[in-house]
Amino acid sequence: MAQALEIVPKQIDSDQWDEPYYVNMGPQHPATHGVLRIFLELDGETIVRCDPRIGYLHRGVEKLSENLTYSQAMVLTDRLDYIASAANNVGYCLAVEELMGLEVPRRAQIIRVIVCEMARIASHLLWLATHALDIGAMTVFLYCFRDREWLLDIFEEICGARLTVSYPRIGGVRLDFNQHIIDELYRFTEEFPRRIPEYETLIDVNRIWLKRTKGVGVISGEEAVNLGLTGPSLRGSGVRYDLRRSRPYLIYDELDFEVAVEYEGDVYSRYRVRMKEMREANKIIRQCLDKLAECEGEPTVAENAPDLLIPFGKPKRPQPAPHPKKGFLVKSVEVPIVPEGEVYFAIEAPKGELGYYIVSDGSGHPWRVRIRAPSFVHISALPALSEGQMVADIIAVIGSVDIVLGECDR
Amino acid sequence: MLALEKLQEKFPEEIIETGESAGQTYVVVKREKIFDILKFLHESGELLFDHLADLTAVDWHKKKTPRFEVVYNLYSIRYKQFLRIKAQVPEEDPIITSVTPIWKVANWFEREVYDMFGIVFDGHPDLRRLLMPEDWEGFPLRKDYPLFLSPEKEWQGLVELKEKARRLAPFDWYQRVPGEVKEEEMKEPEEEKVAEGEGHGASA
Repeated sequence: MAQALEIVPKQIDSDQWDEPYYVNMGPQHPATHGVLRIFLELDGETIVRCDPRIGYLHRGVEKLSENLTYSQAMVLTDRLDYIASAANNVGYCLAVEELMGLEVPRRAQIIRVIVCEMARIASHLLWLATHALDIGAMTVFLYCFRDREWLLDIFEEICGARLTVSYPRIGGVRLDFNQHIIDELYRFTEEFPRRIPEYETLIDVNRIWLKRTKGVGVISGEEAVNLGLTGPSLRGSGVRYDLRRSRPYLIYDELDFEVAVEYEGDVYSRYRVRMKEMREANKIIRQCLDKLAECEGEPTVAENAPDLLIPFGKPKRPQPAPHPKKGFLVKSVEVPIVPEGEVYFAIEAPKGELGYYIVSDGSGHPWRVRIRAPSFVHISALPALSEGQMVADIIAVIGSVDIVLGECDR
Repeated sequence: MLALEKLQEKFPEEIIETGESAGQTYVVVKREKIFDILKFLHESGELLFDHLADLTAVDWHKKKTPRFEVVYNLYSIRYKQFLRIKAQVPEEDPIITSVTPIWKVANWFEREVYDMFGIVFDGHPDLRRLLMPEDWEGFPLRKDYPLFLSPEKEWQGLVELKEKARRLAPFDWYQRVPGEVKEEEMKEPEEEKVAEGEGHGASA
């Protein structure tokens, strides 16, 4: 930083700018989708070096999880990717269940798929809205938020929360759907395929949109795998890697949907992949609703699921007042529920591969929780995507890899 | 599993233990030849572990020796195989070879492990702290690092910020006049303002 300020006064007086020009994008910049700071070295308008600096939203979720019980730690996963929090919860619960060897009832699995796909549509809608706004298309924003609002209302009816849902629990889901939610979801799946062409009419053949997105941030398939890109960002480069197909979890192997793939590898093809994915997600919700009618009245929580309520130990004598900083950590009796072992479980979150690596030592709380966040990897790939491009294009590139800083910094 | 047989054939002396946990195969290896092992897994045509899904470390403080384990979760997109490699790293000399030449994605993963556990990656192009501030002391995800720091050990940046907030608290920002602030207390913020103004003018 200090270096940048020293160089600038020299450049004002001289006619020729031999020195490189440094620009600090962020941490408070509307187009960085949070608190990302990018240190750019420019030669004219071309980016020579790009150095993303993160950590402004670091809350220590991994360290906190080691000091909470398994059920308590699930609530922290909402705060990772707060745009699609239901998908984070499902991933965490699946990882713990895999470690415990717990079988989840079929109805709960179907409901989980529905909330995951609802989260995917909500996330992609917000992505489209903000990405278009960054590039300069204002109108799409308004249309996208109209439909996202509808989804959030359904989420509110399902569990009472709009953003941080905490709806799944270890062993199933917290509540069953009522008839009104199912009717509303049917209405949504009827209506939503007609809404997608509305966005596409606005930007798909828009000449400015095409100029800003086609041939920008190009990356080949091999390079993208080496950089660790996953999800829609990888499928935009022609690699058919979708965890819902290659390592199926829940009931995805019974469902009929296509993996969206585009082959150009630029910002435009990543946009096309996400538009296709929204249609497929809508199709999946529809199929799941039909399957849900077949298992009406079945339980949504496994019988041997660990108790959600924390069993408090009875204090024998008056306890000293707790440390003011430690007040929020509820002291609970640790019931050993998870056997010793370790598991890496990844799901296809809206942004890419979201992996949980959980190590258990057989006690009531996890020994180590590691969260492999797609946004973290995508930000680390930004230099490779943007170096050699124009400085205006980095906005389009950041938008196209779809990042959320809450998940990146954890 | 094919990968396991190939590894036992090629590096018989490096493997310490193999096993399975929750249906996933893992191999514990010595750290000396970790680069060769992973390069072999990545480039061998029958295995082709091209996707480094995750790289992290686990601290087994007072549970196991050697203390640290660096964990590589590998996946082969073509053959749909999953394999976990764990390399043991002792506490006294926490150094392991970097795998950045094989996978570019390892760059930030290794920086994060260095930041959180203090494990040094030999041959890494740019080993700096990633999530924590650059002048942070200690490695937060080690088991002997406390969850809450005592007030004396707090990070200097936070201490300065708290001090500044305390000084500016009585200042009435809406009216832009000092409320009940004594004059000597107001001196420092004014000086800072002037300095910021200068910097802004020069860059504009």
